[in-house]
Amino acid sequence: MTTDIQIKCRNVWKVFGPTPKAFMQRHNNNPSAQNLSDEGYIGAVQDVSFDVHAGEILIIMGLSGSGKSTIIRCITRLNDPTSGEIELEGEDLLAASPEELVELRRHKMGMVFQNFGLLPHRSVLSNVAFPLEVQGMSVKDREKRAREMIDLVGLGGREEYFPRELSGGQQQRVGIARSLAVEPDVWFLDEPFSALDPLIRAEMQDEFLRLQKMLKKTIVFITHDFEEATRLADRIGIMKDGRMVQMGTPEELILHPADDYVAAFAQNAPRDRIVSAKAIMEPAGDGQKSQPENSVPANAKIGTIAAQIIGADTAVPVVDDEGIIVGQISRQIMSDALFGTDAP
Amino acid sequence: MSDITLHNNSSLAQKYSVVLQFAAVIAFGVLLANLWQGASRWPAEWVIPLKLWLTEFFNWLGKEAGIGDYKFRDLTRAIAWFLKQPLTWTEYLLYRGVRSWGMPPLPWVAIVVGIGIVGHWIGGWRLALFSAACFLYLAIFGLWKDSMRTLSIVLVSVPVAAIIGLFLGIWVTRSKRAASIITPMFDLMQATPHMAYLVPIVVLFGFGQVPAMMATVIFAMPPMARCTILGLQTVPSDIIESGAMSGCTPRQLLWKVEIPSAHQTLMLGVNQVIMQTLAMVVIASLVGASGLGQKLLFSLQQLRLGAAVEQGLAIVLIAVVLDRLSQALAHRQPQHMEVKQTWARRHRHILAFITVLVVSYALAKYSSAWAILPKKMTITLGRDMDYALRWFSKEAYPYISPVRDFITVEMLIPLRNFFLWLPWPVVLGTVMLAGWRLGGASVAGLTGYLVAMIIITGFWVPAMLTVYLVFSSVIICVLIGVPIGIWSARNDRVARFVMGACDTLQTFPSFIYLIPVIMLFKVGDLSNILAILAYASVPAVRYTYLGLIRVPPVINEAALTNGCTPRQKLWKVELPVALPEIMLGINQTIMMALAMTAITALIGSRDLGQEIYRALPTADTGRGLLAGLSIAAIGIIADRLISAWAKKRKEALGVE
Repeated sequence: MTTDIQIKCRNVWKVFGPTPKAFMQRHNNNPSAQNLSDEGYIGAVQDVSFDVHAGEILIIMGLSGSGKSTIIRCITRLNDPTSGEIELEGEDLLAASPEELVELRRHKMGMVFQNFGLLPHRSVLSNVAFPLEVQGMSVKDREKRAREMIDLVGLGGREEYFPRELSGGQQQRVGIARSLAVEPDVWFLDEPFSALDPLIRAEMQDEFLRLQKMLKKTIVFITHDFEEATRLADRIGIMKDGRMVQMGTPEELILHPADDYVAAFAQNAPRDRIVSAKAIMEPAGDGQKSQPENSVPANAKIGTIAAQIIGADTAVPVVDDEGIIVGQISRQIMSDALFGTDAP
Repeated sequence: MSDITLHNNSSLAQKYSVVLQFAAVIAFGVLLANLWQGASRWPAEWVIPLKLWLTEFFNWLGKEAGIGDYKFRDLTRAIAWFLKQPLTWTEYLLYRGVRSWGMPPLPWVAIVVGIGIVGHWIGGWRLALFSAACFLYLAIFGLWKDSMRTLSIVLVSVPVAAIIGLFLGIWVTRSKRAASIITPMFDLMQATPHMAYLVPIVVLFGFGQVPAMMATVIFAMPPMARCTILGLQTVPSDIIESGAMSGCTPRQLLWKVEIPSAHQTLMLGVNQVIMQTLAMVVIASLVGASGLGQKLLFSLQQLRLGAAVEQGLAIVLIAVVLDRLSQALAHRQPQHMEVKQTWARRHRHILAFITVLVVSYALAKYSSAWAILPKKMTITLGRDMDYALRWFSKEAYPYISPVRDFITVEMLIPLRNFFLWLPWPVVLGTVMLAGWRLGGASVAGLTGYLVAMIIITGFWVPAMLTVYLVFSSVIICVLIGVPIGIWSARNDRVARFVMGACDTLQTFPSFIYLIPVIMLFKVGDLSNILAILAYASVPAVRYTYLGLIRVPPVINEAALTNGCTPRQKLWKVELPVALPEIMLGINQTIMMALAMTAITALIGSRDLGQEIYRALPTADTGRGLLAGLSIAAIGIIADRLISAWAKKRKEALGVE
């Protein structure tokens, strides 16, 4: 891929204890699990490195206590990491002074919170305008911009309401509008839909995808819900006990889990919606074209082509965008992919 | 098998050892007292004259201290002048008027209707009518000027105390060092009775409204600081983080995010400031604050109880109105307007008030009765009430006095003599041993130090009399309060009534409780105890109730399925689980009882409260301050022991 890197994390550690910095230095910035437990320190984030590409949705997934919330707070510097390097658009984020940090947050970052984090004493309009207000933008300009954002998230007409007068889903729409008001380059979402009930959650996920289609932000999204992750992500990173266990596309995680922990998540994932034809096809063809009605596109998710393949008597050719055959899928392969090889 | 017996033996020995240890300490103390006179009475020549030193120091500070030509006295005068300005203006506005400018004070009609309009603005029609009716009482019963004097002090002290408290609270949350200095200081300040503050203030600032106001501010400020700390610490982290991510500077974060989010707790702080201010305003009449408090004090001293009841009621009504208004303000939730309202409708309260103001001034020009109600138009039932009370006490006294005498002679005096007999080594030893067993060396050290300070500064006898009064009252408080709390927990309707009564009782300034007690029982130990009882029972009731209803339902259900009868459930399950909470209530009761002993000094006693009271007219700072600190010391000892016990117990029970 030729996308440029927007955020770069290298060997990030966040350690809690009496004197974390000294502890890290003592162990050469790379303490072992034994060191941690011997000296009574807790490694919330341990040696995490990854990149976030411009315009992608990166989802960090893990159970509670896995360090996923801490890593996002290290990148936003709501918590300072104990050691490691974090760069935003090539600039060293950890070297930023408090003043520079305020500037960065005013223009480059937006964040959405699990419990919304709305200011209870301000109306919807005033909440959305808040980041612009603290920058010193005039009342007229910031309210105009805030109204645009409120319309964008579909809350037009509720400008004068107060947070407690709104439902959870509506409150989170306000949170989203506020986080986008400053037109950030990077958009952080910390379990944005976890506090909502399942129906609203699905609706908000659609809303999120709709917004991203329009805005094309670089997104770091935290969740504990693997299904949500597979639905929204370009790439997923799975964290466990402070470490990044595996990072890849949903398809890679499902087809090639790095360990049993990832495999356990992947087991319950909706494969039909994630795995694409080209990931399971066997090699076939030698450059010739195929009739569109007799073949399936390589990018198609297998759920959408399963009926066609299972209904066909022979293996169905897989074609690329030009219609050239790049492989084929048989009935057997399809059933293995859908139900797993050890299915009856 | 052998393991189990071993374990049993050791725990038996442990149980035994507690009793043995206490017995040994007591026996040693008693023996020592028999051998050496000094153990039952600390020798007078060994008393450290800290009292005198402090008095001299404050006299020096008030008269001579200074750098070069600038005297410390000038500083205190400057502070006093500074505080006097807003007070003077408020007084002009409320009841004096400025004659040279031809500006009359606000007509009483305008104030009564005005408070109604404020009530409507904050809480609707009911609050409006209630507030206006209460203020109407002040006018009709001829208490207007005194009420306005009192209200002036309140109106100026509350914002000053609230702002100082707010900033101190903010400072504590921003700086660890500030926290480590200020928090224990507040503990000490709150445990020291109101009156003890008055003595040094008299020495430094003299008598009058301003010193009274300063004492009020100092006493009313800590609760605001506490609420600020609590409020700021409990702002949800999501809100703070969202503020930070919105690009707030630290200052913007504090003023635009944290403080507004903590608004509710802060307003409760303001509410507490108002309540403390009203309680203190009455006591401050001892240093020359004129107003309702002073009138009440005179009436009490002259035994004009009818008048005292009217004046006391006025204070209570002002307290209740301000309490309701500030509570309503605290609980008000923002709400959007359904339709765009006209300018006039949005500003209807201020417009209504301006109308009332104009009309009432116009009427006042026409007839002065609209400005201030002339005496012949006011009513007082004071004299009639005096007759009635006199008749009542004459009729009732023959029945009451034998009861009083019996309780006093048969129960109170022996108890008092016992407390006075107790040799100090016994008290010191048992307190330290209890501290050590409950909270380890640090608690033992602190409590021992505090007891020792009382002994060597020469306050042993009044301190023991205080302990005796508090001990007797707290026992009765528990005997009455805990059953009422249990009953409330059993029955929702009772609970609603009892908790409502508790809320109302807590808004009464402590002074008020002296009136009925002195009416029925005249002066004496029993009256003191009953006044303390009336004031201090509330927490015993409230905490018992809360402790019981907070018993996890699972535990109750388990008890029922195990076949407990309701009585067994109460005694074997609920009370043991709720006991730590109940003990915290008793702890509060002790604190309030100690505070009240200082007040009951006004109707005669011989304890530490009396020491403070006597120090006041003679400006004997050392005596007043040390007596006040001794009361605080007794409170802190009780608090540390009970809290240590409750903490241990809660951990053992695994609750919270």
